[in-house]
Amino acid sequence: MRILVLFAHPAIERSEVNRPLAEATARIEGVSLVDLYAEYPDLRIDIDREQERLQSHDVIVFMHPLYWYSTPAILKEWQDLVLEYGFAYGEGGTALAGKIFFNAITAGGAEAAYCAQGYNQFTLRQLLYPIEQTARLCGMTYLAPFALYSSRTAYEEGRIEAHIADWQRVLSALRHERLDIETARGLEKLNGDLDAILKDSDR
Amino acid sequence: MSGLLFQAFVYLVAAVVAVPVAKRLGLGSVLGYLIAGIVIGPALGLVGSETHEIQHFAEFGVVMMLFIVGLELEPQALWRMRSRLVGFGGLQVLLTTAVITAGGLLLQLRWPTALAVGLILALSSTAIVLQTLNEKGLASTEGGRTGFAILLFQDIAVIPMLALIPLLALPELAASHLADAGSEGSHAAMSLVDGLPPSQYALVVLGAIAFVVLAGHFLSRPLFRFISAARLREIFTATALLLIIGIALLMTLVDLSPALGTFLAGVVLANSEFRHELESDIEPFKGLLLGLFFITVGAGIDFGFLFGNAATVVGLTLAVMAAKALVLFALARLFGLQAPDGWMVTLGLAQAGEFGFVLLSFSLQNGVLPDELVKTLSLVVAMSMLLTPVSFIVLEKLIRPRLRGAAAADADDIDEQGTVVIAGIGRFGQIVNRLLVADGVRTVVLDHEAEIIDTVRQAGIKTYFGDASRPDLLHAAGIESASVFVVAIDDQKRAVEMVEHVHRHYPGVKILARAFDINHLYLLKNAGCDVAVREVFDGSLRIGAEALRALGVHPFRVEKMVDAFRRHDLEGLRHLYELWDRDRAISENRAFLARAKEHGETLRERMISDRMQQHDRTERGWTPPPKGYVDALSE
Ligand SMILES: Cc1cc2nc3c(=O)[nH]c(=O)nc-3n(C[C@H](O)[C@H](O)[C@H](O)COP(=O)(O)O)c2cc1C
Repeated sequence: MRILVLFAHPAIERSEVNRPLAEATARIEGVSLVDLYAEYPDLRIDIDREQERLQSHDVIVFMHPLYWYSTPAILKEWQDLVLEYGFAYGEGGTALAGKIFFNAITAGGAEAAYCAQGYNQFTLRQLLYPIEQTARLCGMTYLAPFALYSSRTAYEEGRIEAHIADWQRVLSALRHERLDIETARGLEKLNGDLDAILKDSDR
Repeated sequence: MSGLLFQAFVYLVAAVVAVPVAKRLGLGSVLGYLIAGIVIGPALGLVGSETHEIQHFAEFGVVMMLFIVGLELEPQALWRMRSRLVGFGGLQVLLTTAVITAGGLLLQLRWPTALAVGLILALSSTAIVLQTLNEKGLASTEGGRTGFAILLFQDIAVIPMLALIPLLALPELAASHLADAGSEGSHAAMSLVDGLPPSQYALVVLGAIAFVVLAGHFLSRPLFRFISAARLREIFTATALLLIIGIALLMTLVDLSPALGTFLAGVVLANSEFRHELESDIEPFKGLLLGLFFITVGAGIDFGFLFGNAATVVGLTLAVMAAKALVLFALARLFGLQAPDGWMVTLGLAQAGEFGFVLLSFSLQNGVLPDELVKTLSLVVAMSMLLTPVSFIVLEKLIRPRLRGAAAADADDIDEQGTVVIAGIGRFGQIVNRLLVADGVRTVVLDHEAEIIDTVRQAGIKTYFGDASRPDLLHAAGIESASVFVVAIDDQKRAVEMVEHVHRHYPGVKILARAFDINHLYLLKNAGCDVAVREVFDGSLRIGAEALRALGVHPFRVEKMVDAFRRHDLEGLRHLYELWDRDRAISENRAFLARAKEHGETLRERMISDRMQQHDRTERGWTPPPKGYVDALSE
């Protein structure tokens, strides 16, 4: 399967996690990485180009830091402009039907805080409901987010390499259709127990 | 010589004193001139019989006025008013002639005499009406346009009238007048068409008109370009005068109305880039000549005869005006004019006109009207003209306020509105203009380089020739009705002067200007410019940004830096202004330079964030929370 990673980080020069993650993604064969802020520094998104990109891929990923429990602004702009009626939804809007969609997120908050008892009150997956529903309306299969918590100290604690390795495994499994989609749909996060969703040789 | 100077002195003093006073009193300039004429003529006796000759000369003002009217009227606009022109105008002449002829018959005139009187009095005064409409800003209202259409039709109707009137001659009068007709030719002493059979006459007339149209279309541009290349203002003016006098002469040679010929020439040149220049050159001549004309009308009133026949003259004047008003009123109804416009036409055009004088003397010479009657009617025409400014005052003070309530909703639709005047159509002005035009904004573009105009005209940009630093040209370009004035010329000194002038005289116009550098920018601001932009600033910043991108800096970061730079620069501009001294070059202004350097350094500080710490307070956007923030949150 052809994978499209739409990457959004407005301050890449100060990024500790997303930058190496994006760089690693760019090196994987068969994966297209689009740095949205680089391509559209003035936020004027080329709708046709983005729609063509969507059509030539089977898996769509939003890769971004969690900003105020959501995506950085350009991804919202991207949704508002690219997911047009008649293209993504509504009459004749079947261009995205059957594709796979998920977020690859880094969050500053700790995993423990993302639950009913934590100060964030909701799980990450719950907070992403608007995006999940957007994907659903467009007929796409929504998977649990690939997430890194406590991202502001990941570098100091040496968690970044492992996270990147997991990411590479997920991408390669998706590419060769060896990821258990059914299971992946129901998880809280994609990278909780990778062995459980990766089939055969990727184990 | 001294006699001539004395006359000129008397006329000028009268005008200079009477007109401003009349305007101050709200009477309008036309009434001012008329009163001035009455004072120096009949009242003080400073001028005498020569006023008649002067009047003939001054009638040329009407010719010039029609030329200017034509200039402001593109052929398309003329075509659009065809139904008003022929319908309203035609019916007005026909019906008014009929009514007045009937009145004449009632007063026991013989029918040819009555008909001649009817024809002569059917005409209104183009000079007074157009002047007043313009002065009161009513020219582009519905009523103003209808009035203009009627006047134009009347001016055309003069031609067949000149042909018809001699046929109405009374045998006994004709015999007595034939004697001196030889010495004092009825119309033009020179004529190309005397004694031609009608078919050939028509051919000559058509040929003359075709010549004016074709020459205006094809020859005028190269001619004006050649003249303008000489860069001598007075020669351009001379050319403009030559053009008008030449056409007038041609028209008289073929027995056509000169006013009509120059009007036609005006229309042909309405699309020309030299239009505003021509207009501003002819305007003062027209104004002075028309003023002179009105003065002579006032001065020519024969008070002796008037007092002898006061009842007759006043009675006839009122009757004529009433009859004309009645016809106009009925037609305004018929053509569905709104009440205020209908009243404007009714009261505004109820007088007899200057062509009436011409036709009266023409009738006298041809033995159509007896001497006594001509004298009386001349007074009637003059009186009715004298009363016109009064009826405009009635219209403004009494009728319009009453109608206002009813018709407030549909305001007069003014032709030119919200336009942008752009001075200079070089590389800079072109871009400004393209953007505005693309958004459907109406622009008037001026430039003084005939070559540039030629090039951009080929690219489809309508541009007018003329030095935009000249107030009269800006005026002709409609600066007072413009919302925005853009100074896009590359001459720094003139740009400042332009800004000063427009700022002082048209405070309602927003002024945007192209600045050469900081110093020029401050000068422009000082002169009253609302927005001044350094011409190379954006382009240079763009190249700087592209250079950063080429070095591999992330495009979004580049965007942020450009933005920061822009803001920092703006702050600097404001900051440095305190130390700027208009009389000292910046390169010699120590304090200014020192602060500029200081300010420049703060930019570096602002843009280079501490990459090691990767958490920098000076760079505000999207700063991640500090490392340990989670612990604090969950406590
Ligand atoms: C504007 C802004 C909003 C943020 N909102 C959240 C948030 O809602 N929840 C959260 O857990 N972290 C939030 N963070 C922290 C970021 O998620 C964290 O800085 C990012 O994941 C670090 O990744 P990076 O090193 O690639 O920039 C926010 C950070 C910024 C700058």
